[in-house]
Amino acid sequence: MVADMTQATPPSLEHVEYVLRLGDNALILGQRLSEWCGRAPVLEEDLALANMALDLIGQSRLLLTHAGRLEGKGRDEDQMAFLRVERDYRNLTMVEVPNEDFGRTTVRNFLFSAFQVLLWEKLVASSDSELAAIAAKSLKEARYHLNHSAEWVIRLGDGTEVSHARTQAALDYLWPYSAELFAANPTDDAVSAAAIGPAWGELEAAWEAMVLPVLSEATLVVPARTPFKTFGKFGRHSEHMGHLLATMQYMQRTYPGATW
Amino acid sequence: MYTQSLSIPDGDPKGPRKVENPEYEAEFNARIDAGGFIEAKDWMPEKYRKTLIRQISQHAHSEIVGMLPEGNWITRAPSLKRKAILLAKVQDEGGHGLYLYAAAETLGVSRDELTEGLLSGKAKYSSIFNYPTLTWADIGVIGWLVDGAAIMNQIPLCKCSYGPYARAMIRVCKEESFHQRQGYDLLLQMMKGTPEQREMVQDAVDRWWFPSIMMFGPHDSDSVHTETTRWGIKRISNDDLRQKFVDATVKQAEVLGVSLPDPDLKWNEARGHYDFGTIDWEEFWDVVGGHGQCNVDRLAARNKAWDDGAWVREAAMAHAEKQAARALAA
Ligand SMILES: [Fe+2]
Ligand SMILES: [Fe+2]
Ligand SMILES: [Fe+2]
Repeated sequence: MVADMTQATPPSLEHVEYVLRLGDNALILGQRLSEWCGRAPVLEEDLALANMALDLIGQSRLLLTHAGRLEGKGRDEDQMAFLRVERDYRNLTMVEVPNEDFGRTTVRNFLFSAFQVLLWEKLVASSDSELAAIAAKSLKEARYHLNHSAEWVIRLGDGTEVSHARTQAALDYLWPYSAELFAANPTDDAVSAAAIGPAWGELEAAWEAMVLPVLSEATLVVPARTPFKTFGKFGRHSEHMGHLLATMQYMQRTYPGATW
Repeated sequence: MYTQSLSIPDGDPKGPRKVENPEYEAEFNARIDAGGFIEAKDWMPEKYRKTLIRQISQHAHSEIVGMLPEGNWITRAPSLKRKAILLAKVQDEGGHGLYLYAAAETLGVSRDELTEGLLSGKAKYSSIFNYPTLTWADIGVIGWLVDGAAIMNQIPLCKCSYGPYARAMIRVCKEESFHQRQGYDLLLQMMKGTPEQREMVQDAVDRWWFPSIMMFGPHDSDSVHTETTRWGIKRISNDDLRQKFVDATVKQAEVLGVSLPDPDLKWNEARGHYDFGTIDWEEFWDVVGGHGQCNVDRLAARNKAWDDGAWVREAAMAHAEKQAARALAA
């Protein structure tokens, strides 16, 4: 709130877009994780997944509220979350693909939370003080998500032949999507020039340094990079996104203007 | 007889704690009569132990199965705030399941055995969760009526004679009353809204009212509770609890602006309570007997989760064993 009021110039489109990316990642992964409710392999993981979903939904509320204020069109967190069209969502494609099984869910949480930790670590020093405050709160949560999912990646990779094969398959599936994390975009340049946040491409080496040792301890083989590309953070999503939104937006679309 | 000498040698001159012994039984009864707690290591009659295992595990199973009807609406919650509240609530219910299983384990059963009872359909859970959640208003009504009825049932259990259960219930009850307030708040918000929202609330109340008051179980005249009462497990009768719940709820319904679907519901000055209409016990026993709309689906969902997760649990065990072996070799 304070940040945008004290800014001499109105926030740039890139600034809004950057915050939306952060908010949509948290929202869409939170939505996916909440699908696990009552379905996890053990009760403790049911609680852990719900807890992560809750953290992410909480982050998305702060971020989408902030994005709405920066945008200046009077949209609140719910209008941002529920009433945009698919092409206006800025989340990574990786967070929208289906959960599939506990293996894919865990590997995704691991790859994504490692990225989030790095991002929040930088964003605590953002020139956008509201974003810096959100980052400080979210960093603790992301670190917990990272530790928890890293432990499971190791357990599953190292566990049995079956669990190793399933976890390797999950990594093989998700790894190509991780290229999108670091894909270059003018938004990143503008935002990093204004000291709002890092260009995501800058984080690639640190991210690899974080995830590769864990994958190796889990005895998993990291696939080679391929020409596969995805564009969720630019608003071009996978076939899965529309279904996720249909479910998530159902109430707001069915009862326009109602307050809940 | 050798087997007996192997069972829990505790140095008590009266013999191992597991055997039936009139002196122990007298001590046990005296403690209960004095309003004291029985703890896990204390001697207890085998039937007391079995009764508690059954009751605590049924309660735990109810918390776990109860995650399903509410989980049905998490992905469709109409606002981010409500989504977060519902996620937190369902997470609480899972937590209740966890510490109730832990309380049951103090009586000498494993969580795996209890889970097996649930998955095979042998163990019961609260029938209320075999009703479907059809609209968003059901989420509010479950909080208000179902958590509300659960609290009524469970507050006396905070003083039940078995210490670990009583202590678990204190924590559970605190969270359940929070759920009830949140459910009621959800409904208040909807009642302030559009005609469609208000209709949705009324429809949900119409469907959940009788099932909620069935949660207190059969009439006292039709249920046997002599031992559980003597043992301080059940302290207030089904009908008394049900009456307390009806009396408390009527006023809340008025404030909310909904009607309760019972033409016979009216204040009885002489009794100082609300009278209410006949409960359809045939429906109650049908659902208990497995013929509710969701019995099959609920059990199938729990079984699917368990079966789908087998490879994960096996992996965790295999990894732990490998780690232990590696630590030994190092
Ligand atoms: Fe509960
Ligand atoms: Fe309960
Ligand atoms: Fe509850």
